[in-house]
Amino acid sequence: MNVVATVVFVFFFLLVTVMGFWAARWKAGDLGKLDEWGLGGRQFGPWITWFLLGGDLYTAYTVIAVPALVYAMGAYGLFAVPYTVLIYPLVFVLMPRLWNVSARHGYVTAADFTYGRYGHKGLELVVAITGIVATMPYIALQLVGMEKVIQGLGFSSEGLMSHAPLTIAFIILALYTYTSGLRAPALIAFVKDIMIYVFVIAAVIIIPYQLGGFASIFAAASTAYTEAVAAAASATPPVNLSAGIILTPGQVVPFMTLALGSAFALFMYPHSLTGVLSSKDTKTIRFNAMTLPAYSLVLGLIALLGLMGRAAGLKLSNAQDVVPQLFLKMFPDWFVGFSFAAIAIGALVPAAVMSIGAANTFTRNIWRPFVNANMSAAQETDMAKLLSLIVKVGALAFIIFIPTKYAIDFQLLGGIVILQIFPAMVFGLYTRRIHGTPLFIGWVVGMALSIYLAWGPKWTPTWPTPLGFGVYIGLLTVVVNALVAVLLSLILPNTGADQTKPSDFEDGAKLPPHQQQPEPIL
Amino acid sequence: MKYILLLIPCVLTLATPFYNSVEPQLLGFPFFYWFNLLLVPVSALFIYAASKVEGR
Repeated sequence: MNVVATVVFVFFFLLVTVMGFWAARWKAGDLGKLDEWGLGGRQFGPWITWFLLGGDLYTAYTVIAVPALVYAMGAYGLFAVPYTVLIYPLVFVLMPRLWNVSARHGYVTAADFTYGRYGHKGLELVVAITGIVATMPYIALQLVGMEKVIQGLGFSSEGLMSHAPLTIAFIILALYTYTSGLRAPALIAFVKDIMIYVFVIAAVIIIPYQLGGFASIFAAASTAYTEAVAAAASATPPVNLSAGIILTPGQVVPFMTLALGSAFALFMYPHSLTGVLSSKDTKTIRFNAMTLPAYSLVLGLIALLGLMGRAAGLKLSNAQDVVPQLFLKMFPDWFVGFSFAAIAIGALVPAAVMSIGAANTFTRNIWRPFVNANMSAAQETDMAKLLSLIVKVGALAFIIFIPTKYAIDFQLLGGIVILQIFPAMVFGLYTRRIHGTPLFIGWVVGMALSIYLAWGPKWTPTWPTPLGFGVYIGLLTVVVNALVAVLLSLILPNTGADQTKPSDFEDGAKLPPHQQQPEPIL
Repeated sequence: MKYILLLIPCVLTLATPFYNSVEPQLLGFPFFYWFNLLLVPVSALFIYAASKVEGR
């Protein structure tokens, strides 16, 4: 075990634990109300939202899963950069409309909005279930990230006890999420984001310096990929590996569709919507659409660590070890501890927000409408707090019992699922001519087709079309889903109550008086 | 106008066949990499321009 690194790691972990419990008192509100516990009282201004959304969207996906894919396949893994570029024009156009209608009608989740807009209970239910199901593998990905750095510290990766450090870390996370709600990850996000920036700046200056500059990194990586492809082809049985520092012709369409599909998916997740709806006005959202790309640049630089791993000559049996192993090779122990803590905390923040988002959804859109319609505000919050624990246990079981080679596949499969609510959400922001039942049927068709195409000995996020190129299944099936909804809307009668009117989507929504508080000075 | 400004970075981003090459290099980075990284601040500028056009 690496003692120095472990001590530094534990120090930072304890620091954020204390912050997590203390957060209950930060900008204190009545934590017995769901929008206090689950949306931090809808009072976060531009800067808090920037740190929270940044901490929430750029996760173990960014620091473990993307570099792993780059290490394994080269340029292909870089699809995450166009993905995170495409998100923000979409956010800029769509999210202010969603915030306005949600603030006017008190919506907390995607399913709240779809029910209010279409008056269709079946659609509300499937939107809610979609959000929860898609979140589980995404939380599992966070856990894989934490597990990789804990293994990097020198803890055994074999046997049942190997999960003990991760389980302890996770119990601590679950407890402070339970007591402090969204305030805990919002506060911890400050520490996390600053640590990640330090980690990235050090990595992209010091590692290239040691490896002789970027030109030699790309040259060495290119040679390493050529060798890996040749080795795979001559193995028994031969493996057809596509890898290199630019895309092979067969990777171009998968690359584009993965980027576009992932971008459509991201702001449909409960945790992203939680981040958007907890902001205090639409100015905050537009400001963030312009400033959050700073994190995308960080993501792009972190992705290059996969190439640096190749250039440094790492030979790994599991590509997901590339960032931890590269840091162990290149940095002194104390900085390894700091960086590993940054990665672990970087996984904790989104895991907390995701479990809160999923718990809000279950409580409001499954339990209340279908089980107990007469919950008090306090009962509703208790239910959500309990659910945040259950969702996390589910994700923990996921990684203990399902071994993974590429955690990024978790995220991409979750993306296929969550994309199926995109038509209901986005049509709903602009028109009521598409209505509840067709959207429900579109969802069923899209989901069934997705499962059919992804099914196989290995679940894969891309499908080889008969035309000879692969596509991201999620993008293909969401198009089918939307077409079904549009065509059936022409045929079926448009029934179902609509709570909203066109002006509800325009700027100018004011929050209820108890939520109007001046932005405190941090 | 607002939508055109927002569409430009999206089209550039999805022009993958155009930027899938090693040359021309910049500071040791193949074209594929520096173009992708450059897109990030460029798209932020287009969003900023769109917000100015929108007048908020």
